[in-house]
Amino acid sequence: MDTRVIGKPVPRKEGREKVTGRARYVDDIALPGMLHGATVRSQVARARIVEIRFGTGIPWEEFTIVTARDIPGKNCITLLIEDQPCLADGVINHPEEPVVLLAHSDAYLVEEARRAVEIVCEPLPAVFTMEESLARKEVIWGEDNIFKSFLVEKGDVESAWAQAELIVEGEYETGAQEQLYIEPNGMIAEASPEEGVTVWGSLQCPYYVHKALVPIFGLPKHRVRVVQTETGGGFGGKEEYPSMIAAHAVLLAWKSGRPVKIIYDRAEDMVATTKRHPSKTRHRTGVTRDGRLVAMDIDFTIDGGAYETLSPVVLSRGTIHAAGPYSCPNVRICSRAVATNAPPHGAFRGFGAPQSVFALERQMDRVAEALHISPDEFRRRNFIQVGETLAVQQVVREKVDMKRLMDRAFEMSGYHEKRARFAKENPRSAIKRGIGFASFLHGAGFTGSGEEYLASEVSAEATADGVVRIHAASTEMGQGTNTIFSQIAAEALGLPCEQVEIVQPDTANVPNSGPTVASRTSMIVGKLVESAALGIEKKLKEAGFLNGKHGSEAFALACRRYIAEIGPLESFIRYDHPKGLHWDDEKYQGDAYGAYAWAVYVAEVSVDTRTAETRVEDFVAVQEVGRVINPVLAAGQIEGGVAQGVGFALFENIVWREGRMVNGQMTNYIMPTSMDVPPIRVFFEEIPYGRGPGGAKGIGELPLDGSAPAVINAVVNATGLDIRRIPMTPETLLEMLESARG
Amino acid sequence: MAEAGKKIRVECTVNGEAAAFEAYPMERLLDALRRELRLTGTKEGCGEGECGACAVDMDGALVNSCLVPAAQAQGATLRTIEGVAAVDELHAIQKAFLLHGGSQCGICTPGMILAAVNLLDRNPSPSEEDVREGLAGNLCRCTGYTKIFASVVAAHRKRDGSG
Amino acid sequence: MRSPVPAYELETPRDLAAALERMARAPGEWKPFAGGTDLMVLLEAGKLPHRRFLNIAKLAELKGITVADDFVLLGALTTYTEVRRHETIAAEFPLLVRAAAETGSIATQNRGTIGGNIANASPAADSPPALLVYDAEIETISARGKRRVPYARFHSGYKQMDLGADEMISRIYLPRARSGWRQYYRKVGTRRAQAISKVCLAGAAKMESRRIADVRIALGSVAPAVVRAQATEKVLLGRQPSAEVAREAQAMLAREIAPIDDMRSTERYRLRVAQNLLGEFLESLSG
Repeated sequence: MDTRVIGKPVPRKEGREKVTGRARYVDDIALPGMLHGATVRSQVARARIVEIRFGTGIPWEEFTIVTARDIPGKNCITLLIEDQPCLADGVINHPEEPVVLLAHSDAYLVEEARRAVEIVCEPLPAVFTMEESLARKEVIWGEDNIFKSFLVEKGDVESAWAQAELIVEGEYETGAQEQLYIEPNGMIAEASPEEGVTVWGSLQCPYYVHKALVPIFGLPKHRVRVVQTETGGGFGGKEEYPSMIAAHAVLLAWKSGRPVKIIYDRAEDMVATTKRHPSKTRHRTGVTRDGRLVAMDIDFTIDGGAYETLSPVVLSRGTIHAAGPYSCPNVRICSRAVATNAPPHGAFRGFGAPQSVFALERQMDRVAEALHISPDEFRRRNFIQVGETLAVQQVVREKVDMKRLMDRAFEMSGYHEKRARFAKENPRSAIKRGIGFASFLHGAGFTGSGEEYLASEVSAEATADGVVRIHAASTEMGQGTNTIFSQIAAEALGLPCEQVEIVQPDTANVPNSGPTVASRTSMIVGKLVESAALGIEKKLKEAGFLNGKHGSEAFALACRRYIAEIGPLESFIRYDHPKGLHWDDEKYQGDAYGAYAWAVYVAEVSVDTRTAETRVEDFVAVQEVGRVINPVLAAGQIEGGVAQGVGFALFENIVWREGRMVNGQMTNYIMPTSMDVPPIRVFFEEIPYGRGPGGAKGIGELPLDGSAPAVINAVVNATGLDIRRIPMTPETLLEMLESARG
Repeated sequence: MAEAGKKIRVECTVNGEAAAFEAYPMERLLDALRRELRLTGTKEGCGEGECGACAVDMDGALVNSCLVPAAQAQGATLRTIEGVAAVDELHAIQKAFLLHGGSQCGICTPGMILAAVNLLDRNPSPSEEDVREGLAGNLCRCTGYTKIFASVVAAHRKRDGSG
Repeated sequence: MRSPVPAYELETPRDLAAALERMARAPGEWKPFAGGTDLMVLLEAGKLPHRRFLNIAKLAELKGITVADDFVLLGALTTYTEVRRHETIAAEFPLLVRAAAETGSIATQNRGTIGGNIANASPAADSPPALLVYDAEIETISARGKRRVPYARFHSGYKQMDLGADEMISRIYLPRARSGWRQYYRKVGTRRAQAISKVCLAGAAKMESRRIADVRIALGSVAPAVVRAQATEKVLLGRQPSAEVAREAQAMLAREIAPIDDMRSTERYRLRVAQNLLGEFLESLSG
């Protein structure tokens, strides 16, 4: 498709501010009279609060102190349900649960004061593992510790075993992972019962925060205003959590009558905020001798922590992606999200799919091995084709060619040649080399009827100078929202990108475009941006001020005339769910997503058997994404996602002690440095998606699904060890190497 | 002579100009820059000297300003991100970051650019391996480093006119 | 949770004599503060109970690297960057350069000092194993005068050292005695850069007719303090490296170190990897 600005490496819209240090993140902002806020948190996992003691040596009378009793409205952070309190009231359900808020003008004194508050508790028995939770060692949530469960059934798995000539079973685990955005969580709030509430902060979803604040303060919606400041990374870690810190900042502002800023230091951010849900998956796969899938029985459990937050949705995505891009006539996926007394787990790029895809891609390699078929040949025999159905019985209507993606990935990585060479060379070397892959898909947008329910809105306005201003709630957090929205609007209107402005996400100024999550920003909201821009053009044409092809000056002139003679030039669009998509929420089947991105990733590793350290030497990422709106930004997304996936596979280990993360410093929670990340080579294929702007589908989460299994499959190839859980630390690998040797 | 609870006056040069501020002697240089001098370009990512977001140039050396006590900035010559661009033109590295996608969310960018400037000053023709090593003290969660390397390599080529 | 910053004092004495005099007047009350790369991290974590510090970072008497005929003298304030850039150190004490290059990041190396590294006495520090292999001696100074202690006897336990409350480390002596020795240094960290060591082994051997005529082996992160593996050295003296000799040495090594489980690694990993590094060192001697 011939396009003018879509597909071009247009420089980042806010790039200049970022490279000069002028971009304003929340901690760069100070308001007159501002107080510094801090949170006093529980140290135990589950307890009854007996007393809150304020120690000596602190001038408490100078402080603003807030507890649950000070909450004017509902003490809860509204998300899907209302089980999570804003401040613990009488009962603690996880370590680091917020109990008391403090504010003072002296930031140093606030820190001292925080240390001087003692939460006296009577510990209660707690649950720390998924097994304990399912066994109901204690019932800590609801009736049975289960936030949500799903059952997906296609065909008849039980009867299908009889047709299987070989059955392979396996269990797989993934650990929690910290999003580790380099900018910690922060909020500034101004509030009063008379004026209402305004918060500025680092966040992904202004309307989530808005929705959470309204019932806490009992204010009408228009008196609550949420403004996104430049956000230093999110990855899901600032999807739902900001509602909590915003509520805290507002509570302090409400009580003190002064603006309040809360900025978490790294240690607090790590231990108190959300992480990727840990998971356990059991696979039972039946195949014919010639490698055709007959039955897939998948049991998938995720650990949601102490409150429900988004666990049902994470479970949903993990469940739907659990059987991958394969064609299998009989599939059963039985899944559940369970409660433990850990800080609630939450959104992290991939959102359940990295967990279930890891298990699946390990299982597929193992089944291939049991069949004595190569892992790639096994995939080829089972890749889904157009017209076939996925596990949730979605008919694949879009063009897909997984074999072609695999061919390309293998060609770019030298897969076959390396696999053969390593097999020959490894026996003579202390350093074992390996190459492995993962093949996978990722659905873009909210599942099923989710987008319909969100009913996202975007508006556009044009100024008398012909500048088109896009009003959307989608946030820029590095992924390129501002830039691609300007490209999309500019393309639609025949304008240069400089003539499009993206309005800062502020609930006072932008409609609810839904959250910036779920790989939906390009595909779903981008389409609305395109429509809104075209809506401006339509008005100009219908009014006779513009006709046929126009340049940017003619456009500006038309805008000036329209505004002078008719009035404000605006266009407002709401999401319209495609008619052909049908989803059954009860049976959990049907058209789960409007479109999928498809991918094959190849990782090459070397394992030093003396130290069991794994080094990723090379990485090739091939994906079909509809249309690449901006090649630099798109490749940047994949590269960053692969690096996070490498961390998920090899480095990022959370050390838990009774529900608490004890390695909450950057020195002890290991994310990859520049020396730990391989050269990452990214290749895109494009089969335009009719409903995406310019044909684009979503890509934000895709790289998190396949990177870790590709790396681990490579380690398996290098060592012959059957690795079942990540993070696969050198300590674990060394034990396995020794057992294999001994 | 300082006592506990008393601030001291620190005089130094920042981005080529004389500067002075009041700070507790153990206050982090990072906080003095951001709060007293209102130079908010230098960022805090971890407070423990691991992420490099707070990196500044102190007397010609790259340092993590979260680990420098204000008292030790006495008489120092400091350069922050605000001092990297020339009055009327961006530094070659800044231009390269814009062209090659070296910045995504931008929070690591100031420290990363200081580290890259420092690297190119010490090693005008770095290989990609040199760049990897030279930037190893700056963590980036968004980019996977790939386009940061590309930006720095491109900047060095532009500077010596070879590309 | 940060320590209360206003409660700290950091005074800048005009010279070394003034600093020592202050420390002598009230031993233990004032402690030296050099590059701050350890102390500031403790401050941030709320783990710096001591409040009164003397800023010694600019004291000329503690800076500089002197090359004499038989030894090289490092001033305690020598930074890792200075170690890396010094020609003689690079030529004759390559393991120290390796250790410096593996410490933290460039920003840390610009500020961190060898003296500070020794005084902080982390068992996971990167330079101490190299210092032990080089038979380093530590000169300490106080208002009472100077004294010298072999580094091998400097630490008596976890964070314990032969350093009086009125003393500070002033210089590190490195005898120029390793010319022609084969040298080895490997740090196994949590990642490839900016990593705390999980196991570190430094080794140097003088080979004569394919036999080990003299040897030094030191390890970090496997005991409460840096370890000089003297019994393992004895096993190797006079022997020709072989798989059997390696096995014997590795068995002895297991008895000389006391690795633990902690949040970074496990006892079993540290033990096995220490033995593997020893094996790798010995293998390099056969070449």
